[in-house]
Amino acid sequence: MSSITKIFSPTIGRKVLMALTGLFLCVFLCEHLYGNLLLYYNDHGHQFELYTHILTRTLLIRIVEYVLFGSFIIHMIDALMLTINNKKARPIGYAMQKSSENSSWYSRNMGLTGSIILFFLIVHLRTFFFPHRFLGDTGSMFAEVVEAFKNPLYSGFYILSVIILGLHLNHGAQSAFHTLGLSNKSYAPIIKLCGTVFALIITLGFASVPVAFYFEFLK
Amino acid sequence: MAILDSKIPKGPLAEKWTKYRSTVKLVNPANKRHLEIIVVGSGLAGASAAASLAELGYKVKVFCFQDSPRRAHSIAAQGGINAAKNYQNDGDSTYRLFYDTIKGGDFRAREANVYRLAEVSASIIDQCVAQGVPFARDYGGTLDNRSFGGVQVSRTFYARGQTGQQLLLGAYSALSRQIGKKQVKMYNRHEMLEVVMIDGKARGIIARDLVTGKLERHFGHAVVLATGGYGNVFFLSTNAMGCNVTANWKAYKKGAAFGNPCFTQIHPTCIPVSGDYQSKLTLMSESLRNDGRIWVPAKVGDKRKPVDIPDNERDYYLERRYPAFGNLVPRDVASRAAKQVCDEGKGVGPSGLAVYLDFRDSIKRLGKDVITARYGNLFEMYEKITGEDPYQTPMRIYPAVHYTMGGLWVDYNLMTTVQGLYALGECNFSDHGANRLGASALMQGLADGYYVIPYTIGDYLSGEILTKPIPTDHQAFAEAENNVKERIDKLLSIKGNQSVDDLHKRLGKVMWDYCGMARNEEGLLKAKKMVKEIREEFWKDVKVPGGAFEFNTELEKACRVADFLELGELMIDDALNRKESCGGHFREESATDKGEAKRDDANFAYVSAWEFQGDNQPAKLNKEPLIFEEIHLAERNYE
Amino acid sequence: MSDTINLTLKIWRQKDASSPGKFETFKLDGVSTHMSFLEMMDVLNEKLIKENKEPIAFDHDCREGICGMCSMYINGRAHGPLKGTTTCQLHMRHFHDGQTITIEPWRAKGFPVIKDLVVDRNAFEIIMQAGGFVSVNTGSPADANAILIPNPIAEEAMDGAACIGCGACVATCKNASAMLFVSAKVSQLALLPQGQVERAERVMNMVKAMDEAGFGNCTNTGACEAECPKEVSVSHIARLNREYLMANLKNR
Repeated sequence: MSSITKIFSPTIGRKVLMALTGLFLCVFLCEHLYGNLLLYYNDHGHQFELYTHILTRTLLIRIVEYVLFGSFIIHMIDALMLTINNKKARPIGYAMQKSSENSSWYSRNMGLTGSIILFFLIVHLRTFFFPHRFLGDTGSMFAEVVEAFKNPLYSGFYILSVIILGLHLNHGAQSAFHTLGLSNKSYAPIIKLCGTVFALIITLGFASVPVAFYFEFLK
Repeated sequence: MAILDSKIPKGPLAEKWTKYRSTVKLVNPANKRHLEIIVVGSGLAGASAAASLAELGYKVKVFCFQDSPRRAHSIAAQGGINAAKNYQNDGDSTYRLFYDTIKGGDFRAREANVYRLAEVSASIIDQCVAQGVPFARDYGGTLDNRSFGGVQVSRTFYARGQTGQQLLLGAYSALSRQIGKKQVKMYNRHEMLEVVMIDGKARGIIARDLVTGKLERHFGHAVVLATGGYGNVFFLSTNAMGCNVTANWKAYKKGAAFGNPCFTQIHPTCIPVSGDYQSKLTLMSESLRNDGRIWVPAKVGDKRKPVDIPDNERDYYLERRYPAFGNLVPRDVASRAAKQVCDEGKGVGPSGLAVYLDFRDSIKRLGKDVITARYGNLFEMYEKITGEDPYQTPMRIYPAVHYTMGGLWVDYNLMTTVQGLYALGECNFSDHGANRLGASALMQGLADGYYVIPYTIGDYLSGEILTKPIPTDHQAFAEAENNVKERIDKLLSIKGNQSVDDLHKRLGKVMWDYCGMARNEEGLLKAKKMVKEIREEFWKDVKVPGGAFEFNTELEKACRVADFLELGELMIDDALNRKESCGGHFREESATDKGEAKRDDANFAYVSAWEFQGDNQPAKLNKEPLIFEEIHLAERNYE
Repeated sequence: MSDTINLTLKIWRQKDASSPGKFETFKLDGVSTHMSFLEMMDVLNEKLIKENKEPIAFDHDCREGICGMCSMYINGRAHGPLKGTTTCQLHMRHFHDGQTITIEPWRAKGFPVIKDLVVDRNAFEIIMQAGGFVSVNTGSPADANAILIPNPIAEEAMDGAACIGCGACVATCKNASAMLFVSAKVSQLALLPQGQVERAERVMNMVKAMDEAGFGNCTNTGACEAECPKEVSVSHIARLNREYLMANLKNR
């Protein structure tokens, strides 16, 4: 077995893969949030349009895009495999289990939050990404954003999803550092705090946009 | 039986072991591969012996009744391990450790063995450190020591309050390594129930697989017992629930003499009994006596809360009676003193069988933080068990059975009076005389396992190189297995009315009342009769549910208690015979005017080695005279 | 608080490894609150024996919280509701009159049930045999003080070494992962100078043995640390991860 497959095959290796892809997706989220926050120029989407234009035209971004999709897929498949493995590790469950006494809900339900995020992602990509990228839609992205967030149902779904994403990140970010061995007794609380702050920034940043449109702070 | 030959090498005391090691017969490595050794028990002595013997190239089989060797009760030792390293430059030496051990044992141990123990003690620490045992360290990185159990030098090495655990895990790791290398075959959840004798030599054992109930035959060129002490004969003791005498007892019945069975150590600082459901007693480390003051109300029947009793109405009886050592007198002295004040009616707590161990003054003097740093985990444990906060109110403590100095008689080679049958650690009688010093049990277990048996067993096995493994269909194996089977079938067929625990509790109470901290002829004679009655009742009325071929914990207990019921009588016989007081053995007839123990060297400077003569026959007493060449016998005085 | 309580006990019964199990319910009255949990079980067993029923099998030995033999999943928690406490050190004063207590064995593929509440933890043995040691034969090692170990390092190694191998971490973990157990030993020996020579090999071998035993993955929920009777920290797991990665990177 080559050393690469060896490192990723057993339990710890698989977790490392989760951590690496997860952290890469976090970087993507930052980049995405940067783009969204450009809307706060409140310039009828001028800066935002410029940004999306660059995104769709640059070769480097195209390459990164594949890496990004790759990461998503690996992150999901790996998660699925780990979950199956974990279910097998306890064939008979407990009749009574008070997990809330020893761990947080979101740390135990990464699979659930992850699945909700996946569902959101599909809807989200269908709304914004696919038409532009694959269906030759050349219309204004900004107009589509405004249109989408006019729909309170969509906005509500969007906000709920980014809250779930926040919960996922709150555990996922610090957990990734732990898995990569980049934590110890004295740094663990700091890493945990940073993870929470990161999750909060992402959640509030994304959620603020539909709110701002709804209250017509943005036009 | 032949005369007890202790096989002590000739020559000056300090050179005996070195000379022995250099001249003992060796087994060629090619022959070691063909020699099989059975080790029963996986505590400090058993695990260290098994690992060391396997490293030498012998084929080893290890048996333990728990689910892992790591569970052995050595793990519960809290305080530490002594070694004559003199790291603290406070005047310690091999000789001083030797002398302290002999004196602490009230001059009832064999000089040569104790000297060897003191001699190898330093290597034990080196070996354990090499294995990665995390002993406490100073800030400079050197090993830390503390003074322990009433000695005047700091020679005790420790790993928090978990020294026994860390040492056992060290030996367990060495054993695990050999299991991984297939040099040792491990049998967890197996209990040895018989020794197999062929032509006068121990050649194997019958063990019961505790999961399936199947009886198994195992051959060995030699059998090493490292099965610990028999304190559970008292039902309540600080021993683990599973500790038993069965392996020793089977050996005794096959001709191994039992040495000093009545020597029992009663530890002064245990949490008192809280009710008749009590299953075991919990020890609080002796180190608590370094800062805690022991007292009872001066007035009989004073039921005020301890904090409400002013100092002038308290009796700090240890400080009063033993001003030089105060609260740090040796275990036997402290225990007896507690019993005396309770007998006078000054005992505290609901049962009146407890004394206070008070940290008020130390907290005032050193601050709560210092006390927490030193004893925090012990205070927590106390609170967990009793529900009382020892920072606010004094602890209640009472003595409890803790260790048995007695055990199978062994010679200098640690061989019993049965050829090829060895006994190591607490299960032999050897090094502690009539009383063991604190932090010396761990030392002895590891000394026997790491540094004694690997040499001495060669002396015997070098004569066995031509012995081919004996097939287990040999008649001796069949007979031994059949004996075990019959005994189990008998136990299951009684179907009486009393549970094993009922009978065990009754035995324990008799032993504690009459053969415990203080003994007298009248009581002992009475107890002998009572034990006999309980034993007869046991074989008529015990109720053992379930079958033989299943996981049956009641059956396991029944097998053990049946042996305790026989041992109890031998302990009483021994206590009756030894009309002196010495160490943990206090005969009320042999006391000074002040009520202190009075030894009788003229008549009792010997080891009692009891020889089995057949069921329901009185055992035969053999005496090994204790000859002190190096030190002269002195009275132990702690005043 | 009254000194005795009446309890309803819902306990898992299973004849042997191959038989199916089920819960049985028992009433136990007049339980002293000063009893330990296992003494309560003793009382129940004595009662069952008197009633000609089979007593409940459970593992226990030292009853002072150090041997690691006792187990039991009590009311949904490993070793019961008290933090940093083994079942044998848990006392009945933490339960109330009329309470129903559900008692189950450790549940994990790596810990098959032997009988009732007794499970087979041999997987831990195999992991230890794979590398939980320093390869040093008994003999004449260097003087103990020849190896200097700073106090904080010795203390941290001791934190890991405090593990009693009871399996509560596996029992508690939603994935039945044995990472805390393995990390405690790997961490102890990775910190100490004595463990350096076999450092990489040890972690590789122990992790391999762990995986083969069928334990799950660590998802860093921290439940193991919260329920560990010796409060072994999950920071050891971070160290195990680090050791494992470094060992792989160094591996030629």
